[in-house]
Amino acid sequence: MSAPANSDPDVVPTSGPADTASVVVGNVTKIFNQGRSDEVPALSDVDLTVGSGEFVSLIGPSGCGKSTLLRLIADLIEPTSGTVTVAGRPAAQARREQEYGIAFQQAGLLEWRTVRRNVELPLELRGVGRAERRARAEEMLELVGLADFAGHYPGQLSGGMQQRVAIARALAVQPPLLLMDEPFGALDEMTRERLQSELLGICAKTGTSTVFVTHSISEAVFLSDRVVVMSARPGRIRASIAVELPSRDEAGRQAPVYFEKITEVRQALRS
Amino acid sequence: MRRLLAGVAGLATAVLVWEGYKAVGAPEGTVVFGVRVLPRADDLSMPHLWTVLRRLAGPEMTGGRPVWLVVLDACLFTLGITAAGFLAGTVIGLVLATAMQRFRIVERGLLPYVVLSQTVPLVALAPLIAGWGGTLMPPWATVAVIAAYLAFFPVAVGMLRGLQSPSASGVELMRSYAAGWWRTLVKLRFPAALPYLFPALRLAGAAAVVGAVVGEISTGTRGGIGRLIIEYSREATSDPAKVYTAMLGAALLGLLVAGLVSLLELPLMRHRRHVEVVTL
Repeated sequence: MSAPANSDPDVVPTSGPADTASVVVGNVTKIFNQGRSDEVPALSDVDLTVGSGEFVSLIGPSGCGKSTLLRLIADLIEPTSGTVTVAGRPAAQARREQEYGIAFQQAGLLEWRTVRRNVELPLELRGVGRAERRARAEEMLELVGLADFAGHYPGQLSGGMQQRVAIARALAVQPPLLLMDEPFGALDEMTRERLQSELLGICAKTGTSTVFVTHSISEAVFLSDRVVVMSARPGRIRASIAVELPSRDEAGRQAPVYFEKITEVRQALRS
Repeated sequence: MRRLLAGVAGLATAVLVWEGYKAVGAPEGTVVFGVRVLPRADDLSMPHLWTVLRRLAGPEMTGGRPVWLVVLDACLFTLGITAAGFLAGTVIGLVLATAMQRFRIVERGLLPYVVLSQTVPLVALAPLIAGWGGTLMPPWATVAVIAAYLAFFPVAVGMLRGLQSPSASGVELMRSYAAGWWRTLVKLRFPAALPYLFPALRLAGAAAVVGAVVGEISTGTRGGIGRLIIEYSREATSDPAKVYTAMLGAALLGLLVAGLVSLLELPLMRHRRHVEVVTL
């Protein structure tokens, strides 16, 4: 699959030294069950560019296609029309080369594997040697603060801890791109805020680009360099709001600009 | 320890029920309007348990080997057939389940026949398979084929269910790792199927014992416990305790097979033993 020629100037070419975009979604339309009576238009003419190292949140009402967009970037589904480019390559090739790590709302850990072996799974499938696998898994668990639980089984951990394991697993291959589909959606507010800070720390440390699906406005504003607001049926991008907080910590959560941006996103969602 | 106690309690209950009924039941059974609603309780139909045990120690025929040794030999013979049938049935069941998981069309085409296969009466099938004995395979192997025929079914159905059990997000995760069908099978579907496989294997073990015992009887294969039950039942009028020794043997064989199958579980289900939850 090669990206067809695209006249859109915003679309970065699939190769070239100036290529700094991590994700380029060009003019993508997705229709489920096309040609059948239960046809559902999920996305319509979506353009999105995520720069290298950028943290972009997708926010919108249920059914606006934000998860669909994330799955398109991950090449878990294919667009009906348009192109998806990840790290300068077609999405399918990027998936095969594991250019991204992904985490879902459900941690989705394999319950028969210990925490360490869960984190090792993507490395195992990449053919990484045993010793390196182990070292990398321990490093990732250290990063999410679960080094002491490497030998536990997922069933022994709380929901928040499982979600951290899932994040460690997504990070294990040290992907240049992190895709997250409401990863903190099922967690309580306190755990959620702590994991948000941890995630920001990890992204800053590793320079990972992130696409983050959420329906929490405050979460989107706190985490993101840019909040992309979507509308429903069919999913379209309604606004793209840049956020520059003075700092992303407790002070950041108190800053006037934080509340201004929350209002801005809320208005964009309502309009 | 608790399980041992439970086992002993179960055994004691069975003994009490048997001897209790024998003590209070009418020797000729209870007949209501010409229908026997309760079985006979005389010594010919229900010998005392100690008579059965004493018979076990006595010789099979005057001056012959003791009955317990003959029953043990027969049980071991049938155990061999059961094991062969169980193994063959399990392999066939696993292959069918995997093929059905892989190809939707195979599932749609094959699954009805898998179910249908179990509705064919075994007695109708057995003479056909018995005909293979001596030409295609040794006679004991035809009995193993019948045991396998019964054993493959729960494995195929249970395993298919297990292979289909991973959530969509698990499958998507494997796709995101660029894992193909085979690696998804090995890393995700097969381990996820184990909790479904083990109960299926227990059913298959029981089915294999039934298949072996019934198969011996309907193919007329000598040497096994099924055949022994038939032989001893011919002497039921003169020596009623004798047939119960063979039945006791068959029951113990079933228990042994069930026990062996559940041993398979231990090393593979480690994570199930950890239940206490840590919160942080």
